[in-house]
Amino acid sequence: MNKTQPALEVKGLTMDFGGLRALDHIDLEVRQGEIVALIGPNGAGKTTFFNCITGIYEPTKGDMIIHPRGKEPVRLNRLKPNIVTEHGLARTFQNIRLFQKMTVLENVMVARHCRTKSGIAGAIFRTPKTRKEEAEMVEFSYGLLEKVGLAQYVNELAHELPYGAQRRLEIARAMATEPFLLLLDEPAAGMNPKETNELDKLITKLQVEDKLAILLIEHDMKLVMSISNRIYVMDYGSMIAQGTPHEIAENPNVIKAYLGEAFDA
Amino acid sequence: MATQWKPLIEKITSELVKSLLVAAWFMFLTFPLMVIRVHPLERTIEWRWMNMIYVGVGSFFLSFIWRYLMERKDGGNSKEEGDTWQKRVGLRIRSDKRISLSGLIAIGIFIFIFPFIFSSYQTQIMITALMYVMLGLGLNIVVGLAGLLDLGYVAFYAVGAYCYALLNHHFGLSFWMALPLSGALAATFGILLGFPVLRLRGDYLAIVTLGFGEIIRLILENWNEFSFGPSGIAGISRPGFFGMELSLQEHTVYLYFIMIMLVVLTVLVVSRLRNSRIGRAWIALREDEVACQAMGIDKTKTKLTAFALGATWAGLVGCIFAAKTTFINPASFTFMESAMILSIVVLGGMGSIVGVILGAFVLILLPEYLRAFSEYRMLAFGAAMVIIMVFRPQGIITGIRQRYEFHRNTQKGKAR
Amino acid sequence: MDYFLELFLGGLTRGSIYALIALGYTMVYGIIELINFAHGEVYMIGAFTALIVASVLSLMGMSGFSLLILAGLIAVIYASAYGYTIEKVAYKPLRQAPRLSPLISAIGMSIFLQNYVLLSQTSDFLSFPALIEEFEFMEPVSHIMRSSELVIVLTTAVVTALLTLFIKFSRIGKAMRATAQDKTMAMLLGVNVNRVISVTFIIGSGLAAVGGVLISSHIGQINFYIGFIAGIKAFTAAVLGGIGSIPGAVLGGLVLGWTESFATGYVSSDYEDVFAFGLLVFILIFRPAGILGRTTSEKV
Repeated sequence: MNKTQPALEVKGLTMDFGGLRALDHIDLEVRQGEIVALIGPNGAGKTTFFNCITGIYEPTKGDMIIHPRGKEPVRLNRLKPNIVTEHGLARTFQNIRLFQKMTVLENVMVARHCRTKSGIAGAIFRTPKTRKEEAEMVEFSYGLLEKVGLAQYVNELAHELPYGAQRRLEIARAMATEPFLLLLDEPAAGMNPKETNELDKLITKLQVEDKLAILLIEHDMKLVMSISNRIYVMDYGSMIAQGTPHEIAENPNVIKAYLGEAFDA
Repeated sequence: MATQWKPLIEKITSELVKSLLVAAWFMFLTFPLMVIRVHPLERTIEWRWMNMIYVGVGSFFLSFIWRYLMERKDGGNSKEEGDTWQKRVGLRIRSDKRISLSGLIAIGIFIFIFPFIFSSYQTQIMITALMYVMLGLGLNIVVGLAGLLDLGYVAFYAVGAYCYALLNHHFGLSFWMALPLSGALAATFGILLGFPVLRLRGDYLAIVTLGFGEIIRLILENWNEFSFGPSGIAGISRPGFFGMELSLQEHTVYLYFIMIMLVVLTVLVVSRLRNSRIGRAWIALREDEVACQAMGIDKTKTKLTAFALGATWAGLVGCIFAAKTTFINPASFTFMESAMILSIVVLGGMGSIVGVILGAFVLILLPEYLRAFSEYRMLAFGAAMVIIMVFRPQGIITGIRQRYEFHRNTQKGKAR
Repeated sequence: MDYFLELFLGGLTRGSIYALIALGYTMVYGIIELINFAHGEVYMIGAFTALIVASVLSLMGMSGFSLLILAGLIAVIYASAYGYTIEKVAYKPLRQAPRLSPLISAIGMSIFLQNYVLLSQTSDFLSFPALIEEFEFMEPVSHIMRSSELVIVLTTAVVTALLTLFIKFSRIGKAMRATAQDKTMAMLLGVNVNRVISVTFIIGSGLAAVGGVLISSHIGQINFYIGFIAGIKAFTAAVLGGIGSIPGAVLGGLVLGWTESFATGYVSSDYEDVFAFGLLVFILIFRPAGILGRTTSEKV
């Protein structure tokens, strides 16, 4: 894999809500296998940016292109969220959105949907093909749960899990769609230092073992500085800086934007 | 000593005062409707003061229960306990082959001998109850699993019934030929109606389906050339039995066994669907639409399959209904029918198969056997829907999810 | 031309009643995003209360304008009390529940109330006394417009104007608008949200009762089922105008009234309700935000 190849290219992305400009000509690039952080004060437009890329919002202007490995590039504009996921881009949510009343394992199995195909007839007659697919699905999902360290919870209902475990389950669920690019929306929010430390290792593991490109929104500066290859900084819907963690830490614009509010890192 | 008792006495007084206030409020509220009865033609007025006393005493005591349940719900402890208790029993029955097997055999024998030990009338009632079991299970796919509130479910029931009635009337088509056709036609209607409306948000969907249901009934009522209007269609054939002539009683027994077979089939299909790729997609959709889409599930397609499958079941039961009563008219397909099926699903427990079966039996058999109660049936249904939603939204029976066992070294999952 | 005018005025009358009921739907929806299914039943209960009170009073020898006012007032008070109680029993405990729960609870409440009136009163149609007398000055136009129609249209206009002023200028009206915009924010700013919701139900129910009394007096008979159909139609009107918007509810009511009136007058009277439901389905599919509504997107 060539680390200079792009995985995600965003050019001039603009999003208006009524008269309000939430995103103003955003340019961003994530290369294959790279961890990129997107930081900025609350309300800067980071989650809106994610929602545009994943097809939940339709942006007013701009281009979004992904480059799945070994396939033709795909323009994401106007694609439905499930199609975006099918092309290999998966995400987690800031305010955990698990399927509460399903078990932990089922949460992951649901995400195998777009990589499997048995239909109604298969389900009703339990054909050998369906049974085989089902068994593979269970095995694959269990493997993912082991990877994120949730194997002991397989049969628990998702809403019964502790907070940190729910965040990790979101990651496992996103991984089940077999992405090449993973978007994490504040994965460390609400975690204690020990949990954050484990998360740090997990994200690095995903980068190394699964060769994933990762774009994450995060407020925990220690985590951002330790795992990111590059950092983008947003404020009031615009991109105000980008660079390596070292460059960002010294950038006067960034410091100013962050001093505007409480800097909790 | 006195100070020790003071808080308790204060608590009792305040509770009494609260209940007295509630009682007074409801006596005021129900006064014009429950006490006064106007006979406009005779120009007389009847005063029914006893009703006021009933309401007062009733609401006085009910308000204690209401507050007690409310506190328990807010505390949350006892509810959890009840659930784990239910879960344990459920798991035990599932895991212990002997219990489940002997239970199944006992139920099986009872089902088999039922029409021979009970009267034809009882069997008729049982057939009706089984029809509602099927309708409940069908609607359960749409409401319980996929979380789409369909208030026009009765429309598909009507489509099935009229499909058989008209085909039988015009072309003499037999029940067994018409049964799959009814199901297929209802499914087609489900897809046709579902396609434009399924992208609507939950509450709008409820209203649109309600509107569709009413439109179909009104068309059946007014389009005389097609549906014979309010007078309906009579003389529909009963199901044939290899060309043999059956007496009325034999027909009832025959239909009973057809229903048993179909219910077993329905349970099998629904339980298999529930723990399949499609079933999980439905539940995920119900739990969180946005997350579900973000996990690569096509929202429209998934909703449409649930809608069409639910409609298929309504169509099948509609066909049976026409064959059972041999006469149908639009009056059988009002919104109240949809509401009744919905309350079966809600009362039994959305998403739970056992719950829906139980709900159907309670709601259909109770009014039949407690004749005094039958007048109050819809009143009780309505009240039950509110109370269930407020105190036990999961219904009588909580749906249990499939469990898997893993052995660490092999990583092989086994469903049980 | 007279026929057209008659249909136009008939539509205006119907539309006014729909508007009065639709206001309750739209206000409740604006504040707690719930389709209050039981709202049509409150309208029906208002009409029944007015019928009962009017019958008792007329047997006591009262008549004319004062009878109308007194019966109407008591009906409004009772309907408001019902609305208040319904909210406390069936919706308040479900504020935090998933969206489907309060909706099912509302349907249950609607079925309960219908059968409550059916059992405590009668399943037959009851004849409603003509509380609105024919005015002398209306005689020349009485072939196209009855006096009761004039009263209905004027009352609706006055009530809507008063409501608009109330919401715009009163303290609680401002609190209502704040709550409709952002419940959490309103709470932080010291608005008593529970009280605002109660007041919304009380006002909405009162308006429905006004509609109930007027239309019953106009048509001359009622039964326990009138609330169901009127409820769905008024909801259609609310959606048509853009749910959550007060002028929208009035506009929607009028558009629906005219649609029904002209469609039954010129096309076919058998399918009166089909036109209304058809319009509902059509609007929800093609423009769910309504005529005056704005589209909202879910927060992620």
